Amino acid sequence: MNAPAKKLRVATTSLAGCFGCHMSFLDIDERILKLVELVEFDRSPITDIKHCGPCDLGLVEGGVCNAENVHVLREFRANCKILVAVGACAVNGGLPAQRNHLDLRDILEEVYETEGGLARGSKIPNDPELPLPLDKVHPIHEVVKIDYFLPGCPPPADAIWKFLTDLIAGRTPVMGHGLLHYD
Amino acid sequence: MTGTFTLDGREIAFEPGQTVMQAALAAGVFVPHLCYHPEFRPHGSCKLCTMKINGRPATSCTMPAVAGMEVESDTAEINDKRRMLVQMLLVEGNHFCPSCEMSGNCKLQALGYTLGVMTPHFTHFFPDRPVDASHPEMLLDFNRCILCELCIRASAEVDKKNVFALSGRGMKKHLVVNAESGRLADTDFAATDKAAEVCPVGVILKKRRGFAVPIGKRTYDIKPINEQAERFKPVAPTVREKA
Repeated sequence: MNAPAKKLRVATTSLAGCFGCHMSFLDIDERILKLVELVEFDRSPITDIKHCGPCDLGLVEGGVCNAENVHVLREFRANCKILVAVGACAVNGGLPAQRNHLDLRDILEEVYETEGGLARGSKIPNDPELPLPLDKVHPIHEVVKIDYFLPGCPPPADAIWKFLTDLIAGRTPVMGHGLLHYD
Repeated sequence: MTGTFTLDGREIAFEPGQTVMQAALAAGVFVPHLCYHPEFRPHGSCKLCTMKINGRPATSCTMPAVAGMEVESDTAEINDKRRMLVQMLLVEGNHFCPSCEMSGNCKLQALGYTLGVMTPHFTHFFPDRPVDASHPEMLLDFNRCILCELCIRASAEVDKKNVFALSGRGMKKHLVVNAESGRLADTDFAATDKAAEVCPVGVILKKRRGFAVPIGKRTYDIKPINEQAERFKPVAPTVREKA
Protein backbone atom coordinates (compact mmCIF):
# COMPACT_ATOMS: atom_id res chain seq x y z
CA MET A 1 0.00 0.00 0.00
CA ASN A 2 1.27 3.49 -0.83
CA ALA A 3 1.58 5.90 2.04
CA PRO A 4 -0.94 8.74 1.86
CA ALA A 5 0.42 12.23 1.20
CA LYS A 6 -0.41 13.20 4.76
CA LYS A 7 -0.44 10.77 7.67
CA LEU A 8 -3.85 10.10 9.16
CA ARG A 9 -4.27 11.13 12.80
CA VAL A 10 -5.66 8.36 14.97
CA ALA A 11 -6.88 8.56 18.57
CA THR A 12 -7.75 5.55 20.72
CA THR A 13 -9.26 5.15 24.16
CA SER A 14 -10.61 2.53 26.51
CA LEU A 15 -13.83 3.42 28.34
CA ALA A 16 -15.62 0.65 30.29
CA GLY A 17 -13.33 -1.97 28.78
CA CYS A 18 -10.45 -4.12 29.99
CA PHE A 19 -7.81 -2.87 27.52
CA GLY A 20 -8.02 -6.29 25.89
CA CYS A 21 -8.89 -4.67 22.55
CA HIS A 22 -5.81 -2.44 22.83
CA MET A 23 -3.74 -5.54 23.62
CA SER A 24 -5.22 -7.24 20.55
CA PHE A 25 -4.39 -4.12 18.54
CA LEU A 26 -0.75 -4.46 19.64
CA ASP A 27 -0.94 -8.10 18.54
CA ILE A 28 -0.63 -6.85 14.96
CA ASP A 29 3.04 -7.18 15.95
CA GLU A 30 5.58 -5.97 13.39
CA ARG A 31 2.78 -4.68 11.18
CA ILE A 32 2.66 -1.71 13.56
CA LEU A 33 5.83 -0.47 11.80
CA LYS A 34 3.90 -0.41 8.54
CA LEU A 35 0.99 1.26 10.30
CA VAL A 36 3.05 4.15 11.68
CA GLU A 37 4.13 4.96 8.15
CA LEU A 38 0.46 5.60 7.42
CA VAL A 39 -0.83 7.08 10.65
CA GLU A 40 0.28 9.08 13.63
CA PHE A 41 -1.30 8.73 17.05
CA ASP A 42 -3.06 11.49 18.91
CA ARG A 43 -4.70 10.82 22.30
CA SER A 44 -4.14 7.14 23.11
CA PRO A 45 -2.81 4.95 25.93
CA ILE A 46 0.10 4.39 23.52
CA THR A 47 1.11 8.08 23.47
CA ASP A 48 -0.28 9.09 26.88
CA ILE A 49 -1.64 12.31 25.33
CA LYS A 50 -4.52 13.31 27.63
CA HIS A 51 -6.90 15.10 25.25
CA CYS A 52 -7.50 14.60 21.59
CA GLY A 53 -7.24 17.23 18.89
CA PRO A 54 -8.78 17.01 15.42
CA CYS A 55 -8.35 13.43 14.16
CA ASP A 56 -9.26 11.42 11.10
CA LEU A 57 -10.04 8.26 13.03
CA GLY A 58 -11.07 7.46 16.60
CA LEU A 59 -11.04 3.91 17.96
CA VAL A 60 -13.14 3.44 21.09
CA GLU A 61 -12.89 0.35 23.24
CA GLY A 62 -15.42 -0.26 26.03
CA GLY A 63 -18.95 0.85 26.75
CA VAL A 64 -20.13 3.80 28.79
CA CYS A 65 -20.44 3.08 32.52
CA ASN A 66 -19.69 6.43 34.21
CA ALA A 67 -19.81 10.19 33.72
CA GLU A 68 -16.17 10.42 32.62
CA ASN A 69 -16.79 7.86 29.85
CA VAL A 70 -19.52 10.15 28.49
CA HIS A 71 -17.16 13.16 28.44
CA VAL A 72 -14.36 11.23 26.75
CA LEU A 73 -16.71 9.73 24.19
CA ARG A 74 -18.15 13.16 23.35
CA GLU A 75 -14.62 14.57 23.03
CA PHE A 76 -13.83 11.79 20.57
CA ARG A 77 -17.00 12.40 18.58
CA ALA A 78 -16.32 16.13 18.44
CA ASN A 79 -12.77 15.59 17.15
CA CYS A 80 -12.82 12.44 15.04
CA LYS A 81 -14.11 12.39 11.48
CA ILE A 82 -14.68 8.65 11.72
CA LEU A 83 -15.51 7.01 15.04
CA VAL A 84 -15.29 3.24 15.46
CA ALA A 85 -16.72 1.01 18.20
CA VAL A 86 -14.02 -1.60 18.78
CA GLY A 87 -14.90 -4.78 20.65
CA ALA A 88 -17.91 -6.33 22.36
CA CYS A 89 -18.21 -3.76 25.17
CA ALA A 90 -18.28 -0.76 22.83
CA VAL A 91 -20.67 -2.59 20.50
CA ASN A 92 -23.22 -3.94 22.99
CA GLY A 93 -22.03 -3.06 26.50
CA GLY A 94 -20.33 -6.43 26.90
CA LEU A 95 -19.47 -7.94 30.23
CA PRO A 96 -19.91 -4.70 32.25
CA ALA A 97 -23.50 -4.45 30.96
CA GLN A 98 -24.31 -7.68 32.77
CA ARG A 99 -24.92 -5.48 35.81
CA ASN A 100 -27.78 -3.72 34.03
CA HIS A 101 -30.58 -5.78 35.55
CA LEU A 102 -29.28 -5.07 39.05
CA ASP A 103 -29.86 -1.95 41.15
CA LEU A 104 -26.69 0.19 41.24
CA ARG A 105 -26.95 0.97 44.96
CA ASP A 106 -27.41 -2.73 45.77
CA ILE A 107 -24.26 -3.56 43.79
CA LEU A 108 -22.15 -0.86 45.45
CA GLU A 109 -23.40 -1.82 48.90
CA GLU A 110 -22.69 -5.47 48.36
CA VAL A 111 -19.22 -4.92 46.90
CA TYR A 112 -18.02 -2.24 49.33
CA GLU A 113 -20.03 -2.75 52.53
CA THR A 114 -21.71 -6.09 53.08
CA GLU A 115 -19.61 -8.68 51.24
CA GLY A 116 -17.50 -10.95 53.43
CA GLY A 117 -13.77 -10.27 53.78
CA LEU A 118 -14.00 -6.47 53.77
CA ALA A 119 -12.16 -4.38 56.36
CA ARG A 120 -14.33 -3.24 59.26
CA GLY A 121 -16.13 0.03 58.50
CA SER A 122 -15.70 -0.25 54.70
CA LYS A 123 -17.79 2.32 52.86
CA ILE A 124 -18.77 2.96 49.27
CA PRO A 125 -15.95 5.17 47.86
CA ASN A 126 -17.11 8.78 47.60
CA ASP A 127 -14.14 10.85 46.48
CA PRO A 128 -14.90 13.86 44.25
CA GLU A 129 -12.13 12.64 41.90
CA LEU A 130 -14.04 9.43 41.19
CA PRO A 131 -16.38 9.63 38.20
CA LEU A 132 -19.96 8.87 39.16
CA PRO A 133 -21.17 5.52 37.87
CA LEU A 134 -24.19 5.53 35.57
CA ASP A 135 -27.34 3.68 36.45
CA LYS A 136 -26.82 1.39 33.42
CA VAL A 137 -23.89 0.51 31.15
CA HIS A 138 -24.56 1.57 27.55
CA PRO A 139 -23.08 0.59 24.19
CA ILE A 140 -21.45 3.71 22.75
CA HIS A 141 -23.87 4.01 19.82
CA GLU A 142 -26.59 4.83 22.35
CA VAL A 143 -24.66 7.99 23.32
CA VAL A 144 -23.04 9.34 20.13
CA LYS A 145 -23.19 8.50 16.43
CA ILE A 146 -20.82 5.69 15.51
CA ASP A 147 -19.59 5.19 11.96
CA TYR A 148 -18.21 1.65 12.10
CA PHE A 149 -18.44 -1.35 14.41
CA LEU A 150 -15.84 -4.04 14.90
CA PRO A 151 -17.18 -6.75 17.25
CA GLY A 152 -15.16 -9.38 19.09
CA CYS A 153 -13.94 -10.01 22.61
CA PRO A 154 -11.43 -8.90 21.57
CA PRO A 155 -11.50 -8.52 17.80
CA PRO A 156 -8.52 -10.57 16.57
CA ALA A 157 -5.39 -8.64 15.56
CA ASP A 158 -5.97 -9.77 11.98
CA ALA A 159 -9.47 -8.26 12.07
CA ILE A 160 -8.14 -4.96 13.42
CA TRP A 161 -5.44 -4.97 10.75
CA LYS A 162 -7.93 -5.78 7.98
CA PHE A 163 -10.26 -3.09 9.28
CA LEU A 164 -7.59 -0.38 9.45
CA THR A 165 -5.97 -1.21 6.13
CA ASP A 166 -9.37 -1.32 4.37
CA LEU A 167 -10.35 2.01 5.89
CA ILE A 168 -7.04 3.71 5.18
CA ALA A 169 -7.20 2.50 1.59
CA GLY A 170 -10.64 4.06 1.28
CA ARG A 171 -12.60 0.78 1.17
CA THR A 172 -15.58 -0.14 3.35
CA PRO A 173 -14.08 -2.67 5.77
CA VAL A 174 -15.42 -6.18 5.17
CA MET A 175 -14.73 -8.90 7.72
CA GLY A 176 -14.86 -12.41 6.32
CA HIS A 177 -15.22 -15.76 8.09
CA GLY A 178 -13.00 -15.98 11.16
CA LEU A 179 -12.51 -12.21 11.40
CA LEU A 180 -16.08 -11.36 12.42
CA HIS A 181 -16.95 -12.95 15.73
CA TYR A 182 -18.79 -11.83 18.85
CA ASP A 183 -16.69 -13.71 21.41
CA MET B 1 -46.54 -32.34 -6.99
CA THR B 2 -43.04 -32.73 -8.33
CA GLY B 3 -41.18 -30.41 -10.59
CA THR B 4 -38.82 -27.51 -10.35
CA PHE B 5 -38.86 -23.88 -9.36
CA THR B 6 -36.19 -21.23 -9.70
CA LEU B 7 -34.35 -19.92 -6.65
CA ASP B 8 -32.17 -16.88 -7.35
CA GLY B 9 -32.10 -18.01 -10.96
CA ARG B 10 -31.05 -21.56 -10.15
CA GLU B 11 -33.39 -24.46 -10.93
CA ILE B 12 -34.37 -26.43 -7.81
CA ALA B 13 -36.13 -29.81 -8.00
CA PHE B 14 -38.63 -30.77 -5.32
CA GLU B 15 -40.44 -33.88 -4.16
CA PRO B 16 -44.13 -34.15 -3.35
CA GLY B 17 -45.03 -32.38 -0.12
CA GLN B 18 -41.77 -30.47 0.19
CA THR B 19 -41.69 -26.85 1.18
CA VAL B 20 -39.59 -24.28 -0.67
CA MET B 21 -37.07 -24.34 2.18
CA GLN B 22 -36.80 -28.14 2.28
CA ALA B 23 -36.22 -28.30 -1.47
CA ALA B 24 -33.59 -25.58 -1.23
CA LEU B 25 -31.76 -27.29 1.65
CA ALA B 26 -31.96 -30.66 -0.11
CA ALA B 27 -30.32 -29.00 -3.13
CA GLY B 28 -27.54 -27.70 -0.87
CA VAL B 29 -28.72 -24.09 -0.75
CA PHE B 30 -28.56 -22.67 2.76
CA VAL B 31 -31.62 -20.82 4.04
CA PRO B 32 -31.28 -18.64 7.16
CA HIS B 33 -33.56 -19.91 9.92
CA LEU B 34 -33.98 -20.12 13.70
CA CYS B 35 -37.35 -21.73 14.48
CA TYR B 36 -37.03 -24.41 11.78
CA HIS B 37 -35.67 -27.85 12.66
CA PRO B 38 -35.60 -30.66 10.10
CA GLU B 39 -37.36 -33.08 12.47
CA PHE B 40 -40.28 -30.82 13.33
CA ARG B 41 -43.25 -29.35 11.56
CA PRO B 42 -42.46 -25.85 10.32
CA HIS B 43 -43.42 -23.03 12.63
CA GLY B 44 -43.02 -19.94 10.45
CA SER B 45 -42.46 -17.60 13.37
CA CYS B 46 -38.86 -16.38 13.23
CA LYS B 47 -39.26 -15.04 9.68
CA LEU B 48 -35.54 -15.44 8.94
CA CYS B 49 -36.35 -17.79 6.05
CA THR B 50 -38.61 -15.24 4.34
CA MET B 51 -38.16 -15.20 0.58
CA LYS B 52 -39.88 -13.38 -2.25
CA ILE B 53 -42.05 -15.98 -3.92
CA ASN B 54 -43.53 -14.80 -7.19
CA GLY B 55 -42.85 -11.27 -5.98
CA ARG B 56 -44.51 -11.61 -2.57
CA PRO B 57 -42.70 -12.17 0.75
CA ALA B 58 -43.48 -15.52 2.41
CA THR B 59 -41.85 -17.80 4.95
CA SER B 60 -40.19 -20.47 2.83
CA CYS B 61 -40.41 -23.04 5.65
CA THR B 62 -44.21 -23.10 5.43
CA MET B 63 -44.66 -22.46 1.72
CA PRO B 64 -45.29 -25.65 -0.31
CA ALA B 65 -43.10 -25.84 -3.39
CA VAL B 66 -45.05 -25.42 -6.63
CA ALA B 67 -43.68 -25.99 -10.12
CA GLY B 68 -42.67 -22.83 -11.92
CA MET B 69 -42.40 -20.60 -8.84
CA GLU B 70 -39.92 -17.77 -9.09
CA VAL B 71 -38.16 -17.37 -5.75
CA GLU B 72 -35.65 -14.78 -4.55
CA SER B 73 -33.69 -15.38 -1.36
CA ASP B 74 -30.08 -14.26 -1.31
CA THR B 75 -30.69 -10.65 -2.37
CA ALA B 76 -29.56 -7.39 -0.77
CA GLU B 77 -33.18 -6.43 -0.02
CA ILE B 78 -34.09 -9.68 1.74
CA ASN B 79 -30.79 -9.98 3.59
CA ASP B 80 -31.24 -6.42 4.90
CA LYS B 81 -34.53 -7.50 6.46
CA ARG B 82 -32.96 -10.67 7.87
CA ARG B 83 -30.14 -8.61 9.36
CA MET B 84 -32.70 -6.37 11.04
CA LEU B 85 -34.53 -9.40 12.50
CA VAL B 86 -31.27 -10.65 14.01
CA GLN B 87 -30.53 -7.19 15.41
CA MET B 88 -33.96 -6.99 17.03
CA LEU B 89 -33.45 -10.40 18.64
CA LEU B 90 -30.01 -9.34 19.88
CA VAL B 91 -31.34 -6.27 21.72
CA GLU B 92 -34.49 -7.95 23.05
CA GLY B 93 -32.61 -10.50 25.15
CA ASN B 94 -29.25 -10.47 26.88
CA HIS B 95 -26.87 -11.97 24.35
CA PHE B 96 -23.37 -11.76 25.80
CA CYS B 97 -21.47 -14.12 23.52
CA PRO B 98 -18.11 -14.01 25.34
CA SER B 99 -19.66 -15.62 28.43
CA CYS B 100 -22.10 -17.96 26.68
CA GLU B 101 -21.54 -21.73 26.58
CA MET B 102 -23.22 -21.94 23.17
CA SER B 103 -20.88 -19.43 21.55
CA GLY B 104 -19.50 -20.97 18.37
CA ASN B 105 -22.43 -23.40 18.16
CA CYS B 106 -25.23 -20.81 18.29
CA LYS B 107 -27.45 -20.30 15.26
CA LEU B 108 -28.34 -16.71 16.14
CA GLN B 109 -24.64 -15.85 16.36
CA ALA B 110 -23.80 -17.81 13.20
CA LEU B 111 -26.53 -15.97 11.28
CA GLY B 112 -25.19 -12.67 12.61
CA TYR B 113 -21.82 -13.58 11.12
CA THR B 114 -23.08 -14.75 7.78
CA LEU B 115 -25.45 -11.79 7.38
CA GLY B 116 -22.72 -9.37 8.45
CA VAL B 117 -24.39 -8.02 11.60
CA MET B 118 -21.68 -5.67 12.91
CA THR B 119 -23.85 -3.89 15.48
CA PRO B 120 -27.12 -4.51 17.34
CA HIS B 121 -28.07 -1.02 16.06
CA PHE B 122 -31.20 -0.68 18.23
CA THR B 123 -31.37 0.33 21.89
CA HIS B 124 -30.84 -2.63 24.19
CA PHE B 125 -33.71 -3.73 26.42
CA PHE B 126 -31.38 -5.31 29.00
CA PRO B 127 -34.29 -7.34 30.43
CA ASP B 128 -34.17 -8.96 33.86
CA ARG B 129 -34.52 -12.70 33.31
CA PRO B 130 -33.25 -14.82 36.23
CA VAL B 131 -31.73 -18.21 35.36
CA ASP B 132 -33.22 -21.48 36.61
CA ALA B 133 -30.47 -23.72 37.96
CA SER B 134 -32.81 -25.87 40.07
CA HIS B 135 -32.47 -29.03 37.96
CA PRO B 136 -29.54 -31.29 38.94
CA GLU B 137 -28.37 -31.83 35.34
CA MET B 138 -29.73 -28.94 33.30
CA LEU B 139 -29.56 -25.17 33.41
CA LEU B 140 -32.05 -22.71 31.90
CA ASP B 141 -30.70 -19.30 30.95
CA PHE B 142 -33.77 -17.38 29.81
CA ASN B 143 -31.65 -14.33 28.92
CA ARG B 144 -30.93 -15.88 25.55
CA CYS B 145 -34.43 -17.11 24.63
CA ILE B 146 -35.63 -16.09 21.15
CA LEU B 147 -39.10 -17.69 21.47
CA CYS B 148 -38.59 -20.20 18.64
CA GLU B 149 -40.70 -22.73 20.59
CA LEU B 150 -38.51 -25.67 19.54
CA CYS B 151 -38.18 -26.86 23.15
CA ILE B 152 -41.94 -26.53 23.60
CA ARG B 153 -42.60 -28.56 20.47
CA ALA B 154 -39.95 -31.18 21.29
CA SER B 155 -41.22 -31.64 24.83
CA ALA B 156 -44.85 -31.90 23.75
CA GLU B 157 -44.52 -33.86 20.52
CA VAL B 158 -41.53 -36.14 21.13
CA ASP B 159 -41.01 -36.39 24.89
CA LYS B 160 -44.78 -36.18 25.62
CA LYS B 161 -43.98 -34.18 28.74
CA ASN B 162 -45.11 -30.62 28.04
CA VAL B 163 -42.35 -29.17 30.17
CA PHE B 164 -42.19 -25.78 28.42
CA ALA B 165 -44.71 -23.14 27.34
CA LEU B 166 -44.92 -19.50 26.38
CA SER B 167 -46.67 -17.07 28.66
CA GLY B 168 -47.61 -13.39 28.28
CA ARG B 169 -48.46 -11.41 25.18
CA GLY B 170 -46.51 -9.21 22.79
CA MET B 171 -43.51 -7.58 24.47
CA LYS B 172 -44.17 -9.59 27.63
CA LYS B 173 -44.13 -12.99 25.95
CA HIS B 174 -41.62 -15.29 27.60
CA LEU B 175 -40.69 -18.93 28.06
CA VAL B 176 -42.01 -20.61 31.21
CA VAL B 177 -41.68 -24.04 32.83
CA ASN B 178 -44.93 -25.95 33.32
CA ALA B 179 -44.71 -26.56 37.06
CA GLU B 180 -46.62 -24.92 39.85
CA SER B 181 -43.35 -23.59 41.25
CA GLY B 182 -42.16 -22.61 37.76
CA ARG B 183 -38.91 -24.47 38.46
CA LEU B 184 -37.40 -27.03 36.11
CA ALA B 185 -36.54 -29.31 39.04
CA ASP B 186 -40.25 -29.76 39.73
CA THR B 187 -40.95 -31.28 36.28
CA ASP B 188 -40.05 -34.71 34.87
CA PHE B 189 -37.57 -33.07 32.45
CA ALA B 190 -34.47 -35.21 31.80
CA ALA B 191 -31.12 -34.46 30.16
CA THR B 192 -31.88 -37.22 27.62
CA ASP B 193 -35.08 -35.51 26.43
CA LYS B 194 -35.34 -34.28 22.85
CA ALA B 195 -36.17 -30.87 24.30
CA ALA B 196 -32.72 -30.79 25.91
CA GLU B 197 -30.95 -30.75 22.53
CA VAL B 198 -32.99 -28.57 20.20
CA CYS B 199 -32.32 -25.06 21.51
CA PRO B 200 -30.70 -23.06 18.67
CA VAL B 201 -29.26 -20.59 21.18
CA GLY B 202 -27.90 -20.98 24.72
CA VAL B 203 -31.01 -21.37 26.88
CA ILE B 204 -31.12 -25.10 27.65
CA LEU B 205 -27.68 -26.23 28.76
CA LYS B 206 -26.23 -29.36 30.26
CA LYS B 207 -24.52 -28.55 33.53
CA ARG B 208 -20.78 -29.23 33.94
CA ARG B 209 -20.44 -29.41 30.14
CA GLY B 210 -19.76 -25.78 29.20
CA PHE B 211 -16.97 -24.68 26.84
CA ALA B 212 -16.14 -28.35 26.08
CA VAL B 213 -14.90 -27.58 22.56
CA PRO B 214 -12.04 -25.07 22.23
CA ILE B 215 -12.39 -21.87 20.22
CA GLY B 216 -11.49 -22.57 16.62
CA LYS B 217 -13.01 -26.07 16.61
CA ARG B 218 -16.65 -25.27 17.32
CA THR B 219 -19.40 -25.87 14.75
CA TYR B 220 -19.37 -22.42 13.15
CA ASP B 221 -15.66 -21.73 13.68
CA ILE B 222 -14.85 -24.39 11.14
CA LYS B 223 -17.22 -23.25 8.42
CA PRO B 224 -19.81 -20.46 8.34
CA ILE B 225 -23.41 -21.65 8.71
CA ASN B 226 -24.24 -20.76 5.10
CA GLU B 227 -21.73 -23.39 3.96
CA GLN B 228 -23.33 -26.07 6.14
CA ALA B 229 -26.69 -26.49 4.40
CA GLU B 230 -26.31 -30.29 4.57
CA ARG B 231 -26.77 -30.18 8.36
CA PHE B 232 -30.34 -28.95 7.94
CA LYS B 233 -31.47 -31.21 5.09
CA PRO B 234 -34.98 -32.67 5.36
CA VAL B 235 -35.11 -35.99 7.24
CA ALA B 236 -37.53 -38.91 7.13
CA PRO B 237 -40.66 -37.38 8.59
CA THR B 238 -41.01 -39.83 11.49
CA VAL B 239 -41.39 -37.14 14.09
CA ARG B 240 -43.47 -34.97 11.81
CA GLU B 241 -45.95 -37.77 11.10
CA LYS B 242 -46.21 -38.84 14.72
CA ALA B 243 -46.92 -35.26 15.65
